[in-house]
Amino acid sequence: MMNDHGEWYSIQTFDLTRKYGARTAVNSINLSIKQGELFSLLGPNGAGKTTTIKMLSCLLKPTAGTAVVMGHDIQKTPAAVKQILNVSPQETAIAGRLTAWENLLMMGGVYGLSKEMAKKRAKELLALFDLTARAGEQVRKFSGGMQRRLSIAMALISDPQVLFLDEPTLGLDPQSRRAMWQQIEKLKGEKTILLTTHYLEEVDALADRVAIIKEGEVVALGTPDELKENLQGMQTMVVRAQNLTMEIAAGLKKIYPHTKMKESGLEIRAKELIFDDIVDYLRENNVKINWLSMKEPSLDDVFLSLTGKEGATDEVS
Amino acid sequence: MRFLSLAGRNIKEIYRDPAAVIMGVIMPAVLLLLFASMGQGAAPVDIFTVDGLTPAVTVFSFGFLTLFSAMLLARDRESAFLTRLLIAPLKATDFILAYMLPFLPVAALQIVVCLTAGSLMGMKAGFSWAPFLVVMFILAVACIGIGMILGSLFSVNMAPPAGSLVVVIIGLFGGVWMPLKQVGGIFGAVGYALPFAHAVDAARAIVKGAGMGDITVELYWLLGYTVLFFLLGVFFFRWKTKQ
Ligand SMILES: Nc1ncnc2c1ncn2[C@@H]1O[C@H](COP(=O)(O)OP(=O)(O)OP(=O)(O)O)[C@@H](O)[C@H]1O
Ligand SMILES: [Mg+2]
Repeated sequence: MMNDHGEWYSIQTFDLTRKYGARTAVNSINLSIKQGELFSLLGPNGAGKTTTIKMLSCLLKPTAGTAVVMGHDIQKTPAAVKQILNVSPQETAIAGRLTAWENLLMMGGVYGLSKEMAKKRAKELLALFDLTARAGEQVRKFSGGMQRRLSIAMALISDPQVLFLDEPTLGLDPQSRRAMWQQIEKLKGEKTILLTTHYLEEVDALADRVAIIKEGEVVALGTPDELKENLQGMQTMVVRAQNLTMEIAAGLKKIYPHTKMKESGLEIRAKELIFDDIVDYLRENNVKINWLSMKEPSLDDVFLSLTGKEGATDEVS
Repeated sequence: MRFLSLAGRNIKEIYRDPAAVIMGVIMPAVLLLLFASMGQGAAPVDIFTVDGLTPAVTVFSFGFLTLFSAMLLARDRESAFLTRLLIAPLKATDFILAYMLPFLPVAALQIVVCLTAGSLMGMKAGFSWAPFLVVMFILAVACIGIGMILGSLFSVNMAPPAGSLVVVIIGLFGGVWMPLKQVGGIFGAVGYALPFAHAVDAARAIVKGAGMGDITVELYWLLGYTVLFFLLGVFFFRWKTKQ
């Protein structure tokens, strides 16, 4: 469907909802993803990312609402949807006793590719994912990272117009993760990609737009930069010091409610931090400052402030 | 024809783990050789002659088709691999064909090995092949159908014991190792309420010289149960994969 600006939407969801018994995994989600866009679903564990992907790939029936993928309703014409999309599931999904080459050819066959076409694409994908040297080995003997790469390559064999990547870099070492980003980067523009992740840097590096979801609901939507702008002005100061007690921190919390005692030091967050006041207050209380830093908001901060998910910290009471 | 790609994968998955297949093919033949040599010369009952044992043990060996198919399906169901296939544009019939057909060559191998072992022990040759193969084919579909049911319902850990139980049930209630009609009682009643004893009777009769017309009752029992197992297998597979 076309929007007001004459752009095509590859995926549109309309109050898409899924309940498991009494628990609502996905709650009335409305998203419009443009053709060729790399759209990211970012959210903590259990937010409903995988459930959304399962509904969009016709694996799971929505409890309410629906979605349209490349003009096909997922409920009315699932067969048409299935032929144009492909998914790399959250868990590595490969046939262990087949070689990498055989795994790719098999998936090609399942999607109705001709033998020649499947072979041609399999060769390209093995090269793209750096698996050519091990192509003839049974994949149960591969390392986890290699299996992961193959699992993603298998989603590309059908040359899908719409690609769902459910946590593609799960279990990859930092180097392989960056390599995977480059591989995903190469697909950008050509395919519409929906990518789920917990990694904010991944979103920053790859996504055109991102929806942050929490408990099945979209809590923020925009480009990574737009989301960061929302927190613009939100500054963070971190202080490490001697004699810093909970009472002293509590005094600061009266002025700056987002004050937290963390392992890394005392963290104070606010739209407007008055540097001198804070330092004076600490000095008055005989606190000896060892180290102090100020920082601009990161996507991390956006995520944390919206989802309320935070690492282990001592709340100042 | 998309099921062929998946069937090809399943064939590789089965035959590249040859230990299990070898056990399912060799074990019944070894039992056959053992029992036949014990019964030789002084068989107390008809069924312990090599002519009685060979067709019965062939039926018994098909229990392993249940075990193998249950294990394959249960394993795939628990891995994300089946998720990937369910997302693909495959139809229910594609899945059923792809998960059933690869076991037919195992069945053929079992028939060949059991009959060869029987011949070595001096089984009479020259019975009619066609009815024998018909009975065996229907039985194979039944046993793979039971495997589909078990593989759909049970976890990776529970599927092997459940499949093994079917092997035991076929042995005991099929009258493979005992003359079920003479034993009677519970064993006889349960045995003849299930299809396996009928399959064993039919196979034995054929080896003795019976033709298609002589085993119609047994065939009906067998066919009825085969349709039932097949439909239940399809039903449970679809039910479980919809969740
Ligand atoms: N088959 C199921 N039966 C019952 N509840 C389920 C099922 N699958 C998911 N859920 C629930 O739905 C919610 C969303 O799960 P989902 O897997 O979509 O989260 P996610 O965002 O993908 O999380 P993660 O980052 O951990 O993969 C969770 O509360 C989960 O417990
Ligand atoms: Mg998930």
